[in-house]
Amino acid sequence: MTYAVRAGLQKFDIATDLEIASIYQYYARWIREGKLKVSSDWNKDLKIKFTAQDPCQIVRKSYGDAVADDLRYVVKAVVGEENFVDMYPNKSNNYCCGGGGGFLQSGYNDERREYGRLKLDQILATGADYCIAACHNCHAQIHDLAEHYEAPYHTVHLWTLICLSMGILGENEREYLGPDLAEVGL
Amino acid sequence: MGEAAIDLGEERPSVFMEKVKEILPDGGNLDLCLTCGACASGCPASGLHGMDPRKFLRMAALGLDEEVTSTPWVWLCSMCQRCIYVCPMQIDIPALVYQARSMWPREERPKGILGSCDMALRNDSCSAMGASPEDFQFVVEDVLEEVRESQPGFEDLQAPIDKQGAHFFLNQNSREPVTEPDEMIPLWKILHHVGADWTYGSKGWGGENYCMFLADDDSWKKTVATSIGHAHELGCKVYLNTE
Repeated sequence: MTYAVRAGLQKFDIATDLEIASIYQYYARWIREGKLKVSSDWNKDLKIKFTAQDPCQIVRKSYGDAVADDLRYVVKAVVGEENFVDMYPNKSNNYCCGGGGGFLQSGYNDERREYGRLKLDQILATGADYCIAACHNCHAQIHDLAEHYEAPYHTVHLWTLICLSMGILGENEREYLGPDLAEVGL
Repeated sequence: MGEAAIDLGEERPSVFMEKVKEILPDGGNLDLCLTCGACASGCPASGLHGMDPRKFLRMAALGLDEEVTSTPWVWLCSMCQRCIYVCPMQIDIPALVYQARSMWPREERPKGILGSCDMALRNDSCSAMGASPEDFQFVVEDVLEEVRESQPGFEDLQAPIDKQGAHFFLNQNSREPVTEPDEMIPLWKILHHVGADWTYGSKGWGGENYCMFLADDDSWKKTVATSIGHAHELGCKVYLNTE
């Protein structure tokens, strides 16, 4: 995890000349360079709405608003600018979903879901059909919140949508898509 | 009427707070609290178990060490650092929470977090699910073979492990190979599409780090050193996190 590595290197004084990066930064770079040929054409008529979670570990705790902007750049290129609805507050000021800090494994499930209500309300306020959660912990928590509170949104990984937009998403790679996207680009 | 004020009795030296200040850069600014409550008002953990970040810091400052180091609230704060972000004095409350977690006897910390850290120490994968390097390799090769055979256009898809000199060293949350391996495929396709020169490592491929959440410094250090060390051994240039 981005933060555990960056903070660990610093805290334990481990020397490295490796660039420590988030894949969001590279997704954005590859789209800008024309290497990653995504398109939002598939959603022109469907007009399915998306919001995105800013993972604390990657945004606030590691690279700040710059990587949150990269995330938005990628999402908008993939789903269409007009189909992206931001949460508020967002980027470095975003609320943690409640999946972080070990919460998912801590056994305090009632408290975790109570904590997550703030995130649930934030997502519901956007009216989005999908919440993109590109960090595994966020994905698990936001998905669980929807199930527990019977919220109508779906929770998807970013890589799923990138591949969907390029028409290369396989049949078995659609676990988290709703019926509206189950057949798109197959 | 509110509750009666807490009588602190004789002067109580705040051993805990002093100790934390010593190890934080600039003492974590722990003395600079204006008691404004910006931290608590924007914290999703406020109110859980009757605690919030402002109260937690004030209790530490007042020397209520026993309460601070025993409240389960430290496991309900996700250390997301939003409180630092909104704090006019940049006070590092999450570091205080981390230190309080580390004061719990190791075996009394939440079982799930403890177990996930111990799993990561079992072998060089550093996987919170305990998957061995051999298991990981088996799953990756199995999934890869199926994609190559069943998906036209991806006959030469790659998912290398320990490829010497690869540019990117990629990690992966181990829930993906262990519980939902098909979720790895879109990532591989993207890397293939852009022509990235990448590799997983047989050591330190696990992307998650529950030892940090457990506030177990030695184990956190070991997992990071294993993973980064292996990326060095392979001569990679970029350590690429998927989360």
